[in-house]
Amino acid sequence: MAECHPVGFQWVMEAKARGAKVIHVDPRFTRTSAMADLHVPLRAGTDIAFLGALVNHVLTEEKYFREYMVAYTNAAAIVGEDFVDTEDLDGVFSGLDPESRNYDVNTWQYEGTEVQAASGERDLEYEDKVSSAGRGEAHGSGGAAVDQPETDKTLQHPRCVFQILKRHFARYTPETVEQICGIPPDKFRQVAELLTANSGRDRTTAFVYSVGWTQHTVGVQYIRTASILQSLLGNMGRPGGGILALRGHASIQGSTDIPTLFNILPGYIPMPHAHGNEDLDKFIEAESVDKGFWAEMRSYLVSMLKSWWGPAARADNDFCFDYLPRLTGSHSTYETVMAQLAGDCKGYFVLGENPAVGSSNAKLQRLGMAELDWLVVRDFSLIESATWWKDGPEIDSGELRTEDIGTEVFFMPAAAHTEKDGSFTNTQRMLQWHHQAVEPPGDARSELWFTYHLGRIIREKLAGSTDEADRPILDLTWDYPCKGAIAEPDAEAVLAEINGFGPDGKPLSSYLELKDDGSTMCGCWIYCGVYADGENQAARRKPGAHQSWVAPEWGWAWPANRRILYNRASADPDGKPWSERKTLVWWDAEERKWKGHDVPDFVPDKAPDYQPPEGARGAEALSGTDAFVMQADGKAWLYAPAGLTDGPLPTHYEPQDSPFENLLYQQQRNPVRQVKPFKHPDNRMHPIGSDVFPYVATTYRLTEHHTAGGMSRWLPYLSELQPEMFCEVSPELAAERGLEHMGWATIVTARGAIEARVMVTERMTPLTVQGRQLHQVGLPYHWGPNGYSVGDAANELASISLDPNTHIQEVKALSCDVRPGRRPTGKARLELVREYQRRAGITEDTGMEP
Amino acid sequence: MDMDTPRMGFFTDTSVCIGCKACEVACKEWNLVPEDGLNLTGMSYDNTVGLSADTWRHVAFIEQRKPVENPDALAMAAGGDLQWLMASDVCKHCTHAGCLDVCPTGSLFRTEFGTVVVQEDICNGCGYCVPACPYGVIDRREEDGRAWKCTLCYDRISGGQEPACAKACPTDSIQFGPLDELRERAALRVSELQGAGVTEARLYGEDPTDGVGGDGAFFLLLAEPEVYGLPPDPVVPTRDLGTMWRQVGLAALTAVAGVALAFGVGR
Repeated sequence: MAECHPVGFQWVMEAKARGAKVIHVDPRFTRTSAMADLHVPLRAGTDIAFLGALVNHVLTEEKYFREYMVAYTNAAAIVGEDFVDTEDLDGVFSGLDPESRNYDVNTWQYEGTEVQAASGERDLEYEDKVSSAGRGEAHGSGGAAVDQPETDKTLQHPRCVFQILKRHFARYTPETVEQICGIPPDKFRQVAELLTANSGRDRTTAFVYSVGWTQHTVGVQYIRTASILQSLLGNMGRPGGGILALRGHASIQGSTDIPTLFNILPGYIPMPHAHGNEDLDKFIEAESVDKGFWAEMRSYLVSMLKSWWGPAARADNDFCFDYLPRLTGSHSTYETVMAQLAGDCKGYFVLGENPAVGSSNAKLQRLGMAELDWLVVRDFSLIESATWWKDGPEIDSGELRTEDIGTEVFFMPAAAHTEKDGSFTNTQRMLQWHHQAVEPPGDARSELWFTYHLGRIIREKLAGSTDEADRPILDLTWDYPCKGAIAEPDAEAVLAEINGFGPDGKPLSSYLELKDDGSTMCGCWIYCGVYADGENQAARRKPGAHQSWVAPEWGWAWPANRRILYNRASADPDGKPWSERKTLVWWDAEERKWKGHDVPDFVPDKAPDYQPPEGARGAEALSGTDAFVMQADGKAWLYAPAGLTDGPLPTHYEPQDSPFENLLYQQQRNPVRQVKPFKHPDNRMHPIGSDVFPYVATTYRLTEHHTAGGMSRWLPYLSELQPEMFCEVSPELAAERGLEHMGWATIVTARGAIEARVMVTERMTPLTVQGRQLHQVGLPYHWGPNGYSVGDAANELASISLDPNTHIQEVKALSCDVRPGRRPTGKARLELVREYQRRAGITEDTGMEP
Repeated sequence: MDMDTPRMGFFTDTSVCIGCKACEVACKEWNLVPEDGLNLTGMSYDNTVGLSADTWRHVAFIEQRKPVENPDALAMAAGGDLQWLMASDVCKHCTHAGCLDVCPTGSLFRTEFGTVVVQEDICNGCGYCVPACPYGVIDRREEDGRAWKCTLCYDRISGGQEPACAKACPTDSIQFGPLDELRERAALRVSELQGAGVTEARLYGEDPTDGVGGDGAFFLLLAEPEVYGLPPDPVVPTRDLGTMWRQVGLAALTAVAGVALAFGVGR
């Protein structure tokens, strides 16, 4: 965190000054470790084994916060008889179809109910849902009601979540942690003690993670394990608690809220699938839930459609629901590369991204782009993704010849954040407005300018078209006011549109005002209120010292300027704060109202003892203790009956490329990870435990550079601070492989070979794993051949093998070899990789098994 | 010196430095200091090496094994006894500044804030100041021969702003303010750290009785100054100038007397 988020880390330092203990779990000793009270090095890719053992410790030592757990989590819910755990199936859950590599999630449900996931990959259950919705209609409008799950508050029922959890995590012990992660039992116990002693009524612990957790073939389940821990310990919805995702750029949170992702619409509404006959009613029926605030999805979606298509969106045409694009499967960045290679994807916009350096298996990215008709790159400088066709590694190796590449490449200079207005949304869901300081130089323009004017020109070209396919473009509300010499669209007008307008044309102030009849418009329901009273709430900058400790008047946080989500859980079931020290919101029995330092995340006048009437739906169906108001059952999920593609509980699997066998199960890897669609001669995988690739590489960022380098490698002031690519190795590994400090090393995988200067440092610690010494290799991934500071790209080494929930690549843990000296150039570089493939006996089927 | 303006300075608390180098970049951006060369040094994450004409803030990175004195359970577990020290160095703005003493042009002067600043339009590049600095801070730029160093952002503080490095520092490792206040704050911080068992915590350059009369920019260190590349007992070379000139004068007199005597004897 100190390395990649130094500005955010000031708050950790502040907490430390106030007595907080900081534990840093990382394969490497970093600038964060230097500031931590305890550094726990572990083998990259084994966090579920580590966190799972903490869950087991909490359960067996009875360190959980029982009252919190019983009241606010699904610990008491009873799971259906058909569910079979990994513990009985040697590492897979019931419902696995090894052919299609999918889980049928029906056996994971609560007994006698169907639970719809609150958000995410609901579309996977699409067909089942459509058919069950069809049956529901036979019983009358509204579909089948979702019942409350059966519960056993004594937690004794053998199929209650609590007991399932206990059985599931029983094999995650300090001893397995030692064997799998390389963490000695003493150190594990230290962490367990610090964590549990700092959780409960009076104290809370926060977890902070970043892509070190997400970039794995089982990454989402890492975070799920932390969620289980935090829910058991009562650390959710409370001050000083929570799980914070640090994002890789200034507004990555914003780019999932208003998504740049293929599978969601603004505000986490799923993108519809391309099934026939689908209309708004069926979509809502399949995707929304009957209880909690997601029950109002129709209002959110209709308001969004009204915002996009204005007067053209009417009740009699489903508010233009048919205009929305449809999914036909996964369209992640990696599937897009395969579609390029297959000749299906012809055009590509690369905006503020450098896939030729920053994406996993950078070579495939370049080969894909070489098959395009056209490519638009918008960045500050001529990054590698804009010039691979004339000077990329494949030109050097002879695999591509410039004259054979048909891709027309357009480079458009981009404006920096200081050269435009806009907002950043941070990990805490807080929007902070930034104002333009200077005009962008030369032809550089903002993304907003580019997108708006491109749309404007396309609409002009299509004007008068009678083709139905052009209607979604022509009917768009595309009328932003522009200002200045370069006709920059007014960013605040966009913010106002995202916030939404009521029937009177005035800005809305809360998503509770949204209607499903087309009378309200709102670009993103969770952002509704950011422009309340016609004021840019995100631009508020009242200093912390001039307001309460919650600081509600600094920026604006979604939803409803609430700073801590699910904060009903900061009070006990009766509505009293769990402790004086951790007071956040409370029920005022006299005024019959929720009050708090923060905006209470609950229906304001819903009493703690409220029980929903029979047949209630939406927010009304939440009881007075259903603190997790967005969940279909109002509870924090220790066990996820829906919403995940790879299991209702986290399970330790080895990374795609691992030097070790899975010690816990016969099942080596996540059985539903995405790897088979990426079978390609340039995306070969490693055999399990191959001694040709005995080490584990992990990629990361340095404070001095930014991601794939577009924002830093061209700047002298940053380049001089970290001037070239290096790899970090321990003195022991240096001795084993004959590497010299500041000499050269070549790192090899089945995908590629790169060279790096050698940094021998005791900050890299050899670990003892499964009885042998394991060395890990640290690889910053900033560099590429262009720019002022240059070097090989670490992503030449990584494979395309993805987490099945998020389609995120596994670049945080991959086996590799390291050898002294520089890598060969030209064809010989390819030859070296092929020789490694031969030596390891790699075929096209290696590593492809479920 | 204007008596209404208190002496201003830096307190750099290295115990909270996270090595982000924002100070280095902010300094260069604000003061238009040129890039200092692309050199991967292998000295941990320190590729700047030291203060120079083109580097006015320098973050040192020291990886070292801590001597095991206090086998506190936590410290033991934290990567054994490995520690990674980070510290942002800067011109000390000495009370008795050697550079200023020897400057023949008056280019170096003491400001109303008690800081020491080179005026680039007056400096003639004689370079006398370079060996006169006991810390090796001030340096001549190769391109123009003139001497350059930290101005404690004279322009910014004249306008009521804090220096660029202090402004950019995310953890308040670099603190700017009236020197008296900073010294109080620093004393408090040291006793706090000592109380928490960080026995190595000490101040460097805060003592007005030291060889430079105390630094306007002083530090809290977590090891001996030498570990950070700082002189343990800096002395302004001009401190003994008076005595030296007296000695020289005496020697000259002696010589003259000797010559006279010789000639006298010869006669």
